[in-house]
Amino acid sequence: MMTNVNLTRHNYASAMVLTPTGRLDHDNCEAFREALQPYLQEGGELGGGIVFDLSTLEYVSSAGLRCLMIAAKEAKTLGSTILIAAMQPVVAEIFQISRFNLVFDTFPTVREALNALSPESAAAYGRD
Amino acid sequence: MRVRFWGTRGSIPVSLTWRDVRDRLAQALVAANGRSLDTFEKACAFADQHLGFALSRTFGGHSACVEFEPGSDEYFVCDMGSGARAFGAHVLARQAGRPAIINVFMSHMHWDHIMGFPFLGPAYVPGTTIRVHGCHAVLEHAFRLQQDPPCFPVTFDQLAADIEFILLTPGETATVSGVRVTPKLQQHSGASYGYRFEANGKALIYTTDSEHKLEERYQTDEFVQFFRGADLVVFDAMYSLADAVSVKADWGHSSNVIGVELCQMARAKRLALFHHEPAYDDMAVERIFAETKRFEELTRADHRLEVIAAYDGLEIDL
Repeated sequence: MMTNVNLTRHNYASAMVLTPTGRLDHDNCEAFREALQPYLQEGGELGGGIVFDLSTLEYVSSAGLRCLMIAAKEAKTLGSTILIAAMQPVVAEIFQISRFNLVFDTFPTVREALNALSPESAAAYGRD
Repeated sequence: MRVRFWGTRGSIPVSLTWRDVRDRLAQALVAANGRSLDTFEKACAFADQHLGFALSRTFGGHSACVEFEPGSDEYFVCDMGSGARAFGAHVLARQAGRPAIINVFMSHMHWDHIMGFPFLGPAYVPGTTIRVHGCHAVLEHAFRLQQDPPCFPVTFDQLAADIEFILLTPGETATVSGVRVTPKLQQHSGASYGYRFEANGKALIYTTDSEHKLEERYQTDEFVQFFRGADLVVFDAMYSLADAVSVKADWGHSSNVIGVELCQMARAKRLALFHHEPAYDDMAVERIFAETKRFEELTRADHRLEVIAAYDGLEIDL
């Protein structure tokens, strides 16, 4: 059964934080990819990078991981970058087993990821 | 149905070096410190119970060759990688002078999958029948080509066995000596074919050198249907998922993660990791095996999939 991944967005200075919620799998990864497009575009225009806050993502399948990788490639062509933050333990293990932890820069918290992008973004996150 | 793995390594055969053996021996001796292992039996029991697989054994280094016994006097074997030499010796020993009938099923004709054929002992025994099944029009050409000068001293025509080449049609089920055989086209350079074998109420899937690009849902669904309810899926798990979809995309191989997912969706009973990366040593393959079992646990819903890592010499009864 197809279920959409809920995706929320917050901007902190020039950086964007995207928070997918639920399960990202074979059934909904294409819809997720399409939903990402405007954010990738906007993230490229903001210029400060994009953080995927995975604190509410329960599961990601191989197709979902592929979506994230394609998003990272698209972000790169738009002059942006994607960082991964705040993975739940199960998702963190899936990243490690699939070696996607070697593809993405991952951070324990959103704040640390934003700080890696710019101190201004991390400061803005702190004021939120 | 019994399945016997004669070659499980991908792309090219590999071998342990003297340093590998020396280091293992040294580690085993250190691990045995203080124990009284004064008989061969005690030492074997210690190795089996206290040393890990990667220290006391090896996944082996022969390229693809997997035999299955459906309960027939004839032989059934997938691919003729370097493991075919040992398979041939097994056939000769079992036949004890009687000519054999061997049914071969070829995934494709890349070298690591045909290189064992010139060393298949029964091919030199008059009266032997070898039926090579496959879906590539160049099947016979490839077998002949590798034995042409200057590559090999014995030409194909000098082989004593009666050798036939039989083209199968992808998606169409054929019956070969009582075994239902369904080939499936797979993503690989020059195309490869997976096989679903069904006999005596058991289903075996042999799917190697097969890339799953995850681009379209229907591609996934096709393989789920192909694997449906299988007792064993022998699966190309050569790369990590990250490599398979990035730097090694279009190299024609798959990953442990995709193998688990497809088998879970198909409610297959058992997954055998196969076509091990030749650059990996036994420790690396053992680590991937442990991670794959963990991945199956993490992603399990209402169906438990047993995960094994194939090794040269492994026998499984389905």
